[in-house]
Amino acid sequence: MPPVVSIKNLSKSYAGGFEALKDVNLDIEEGEIIALLGPNGAGKTTLISTICGITVPSSGTITVGGHDTQTAFRAARSLIGLVPQEINLEPFETVFSSVSFSRGLFGKRRDDARIEEVLRQLSLLDKKDNKIMTLSGGMKRRVLIAKALAHEPHVLFLDEPTAGVDVELRKDMWEVVAGLKASGVTIILTTHYIEEAEAIADRIGVINKGEILLVQNKADLMTQMGQKKLRIELADRLDAIPAPLAGYDLERADDGLHLTYSYDTSGERTGITTLLTDLQKAGLQMKDIQTEQSSLEDIFVGLVKETT
Amino acid sequence: MNLNAVLTIYLSEMRRFFRTITQSFVSPVLSTSLYFVVFGAAIGSRIDQVEGVSYGAFIVPGLIMLSVMTQATSNASFGIYFPKFIGTIYELLSAPINFLEIVAGYVGAAATKALFIGVIILVTAYFFVDLEIQHPFAMMGFLILTCISFSLLGFIIGIWAGNFEQLQLIPLLVITPLVFLGGSFYSITMLPPAWQTVTLFNPVVYLISGFRWSFFGTADVGIGVSLLAIALFTAACLGFIGWIFKTGWRIRQ
Repeated sequence: MPPVVSIKNLSKSYAGGFEALKDVNLDIEEGEIIALLGPNGAGKTTLISTICGITVPSSGTITVGGHDTQTAFRAARSLIGLVPQEINLEPFETVFSSVSFSRGLFGKRRDDARIEEVLRQLSLLDKKDNKIMTLSGGMKRRVLIAKALAHEPHVLFLDEPTAGVDVELRKDMWEVVAGLKASGVTIILTTHYIEEAEAIADRIGVINKGEILLVQNKADLMTQMGQKKLRIELADRLDAIPAPLAGYDLERADDGLHLTYSYDTSGERTGITTLLTDLQKAGLQMKDIQTEQSSLEDIFVGLVKETT
Repeated sequence: MNLNAVLTIYLSEMRRFFRTITQSFVSPVLSTSLYFVVFGAAIGSRIDQVEGVSYGAFIVPGLIMLSVMTQATSNASFGIYFPKFIGTIYELLSAPINFLEIVAGYVGAAATKALFIGVIILVTAYFFVDLEIQHPFAMMGFLILTCISFSLLGFIIGIWAGNFEQLQLIPLLVITPLVFLGGSFYSITMLPPAWQTVTLFNPVVYLISGFRWSFFGTADVGIGVSLLAIALFTAACLGFIGWIFKTGWRIRQ
């Protein structure tokens, strides 16, 4: 199946010469959730804005559902829903009319039943006649999602959907996203909350300084790039690592009672068995052993550091 | 053509207008009544007829034009500036609509509001002066064209403006003086010859003159010249907006 969004050699430079995107290539598959991770100013919002038509690309091509976003913008944009990062809403409008307005902009006929269905899906139905200015921040964010869904898009872009949202609401949002995925919507979200990407994404892309550093299936990424650590608690204090153990990647804790051994899970041999044998040979008595999997955050920080 | 989108923008803008209907309705009626009291009754009673028309009736076309031009400009400029200011412009830019459709929605609504106010002022005028419109179709034509052309100008100002101060700058410093000096309250033949020549460089003169002709059958400049002026002005605004759409000036990065 061809990708629902295809980005080829996309670059974006601003008038001052700043290069926000550098030769970006990315294919997004139908029905997946892809999370774009990156620090502030990495180019995440520029990438989304360029796909959605808010920003004009300097070079490269983007197709959505096979339609070029420049030459066939109507067909391409009809498939897209966008939830912006900022809470941009007209404060004096009611929730219902604001969502209905968005549907109309996409050329769809007024459909009150559809709008009510979207509002129900987002637990907003009881607020439909409320003015937006009276809603809480979390509710306003839901209204933004409702507006993006009003015209039944195939592809939904969520730009930092849970920025500044409390933990409970964030988890509610994740449920909403999971529900949308189940209904067949492809979702592209940007975030700098690693746990968000870890919790809901199928694939993860890491972007920094306008370049896509990596796009990979989340589980594969964790397996391939995840380092594991073996923490060894010693029975007796150790002042220095004995010479026979110098060949191992060992770290001694300041208290002298813990050793940490880092190893790659994707390697053919982890070296754990020989290490444990050599520890015994060196006369060190072990009290406890624990392993730790590095988190996506460690991977992300490591990748971004490499390019800095 | 995304007609649903045009209609959506138009109706949304009209809803904003009707949300403040009291202000929209009372304000022009009150200000027009004040003009009639001051210029019609107080000062006008000491002025002889102008071009065969009582002074109170003579100022009606100018008063309508004054309100219509300022209202069309400010409505259209605010209409497009507000989404820019609060950030909701992202919706317009990411929707499957082209700029012509955006203009049709915003300018159409602003022109309708200005037309509504123009008609209210005309009706109010009937309460103060005896008025007979010699060319009613031409009058409506001039009124509608003025509403549209100044709404187009307002749209440009709304796109250009970077803050609320700039939004007010052109209407206050350019349009209002041009309308006041464009013969709203006098015939340019009442000016000294040198000033008559200077006044002819004011484009608003042609609009007011043509509009006044539709009421009384007399004009400061030929009706053909007036029509040409309004056509040129509308074409210039449309041309500029076309350029904005092409380049994304002040809208799309």
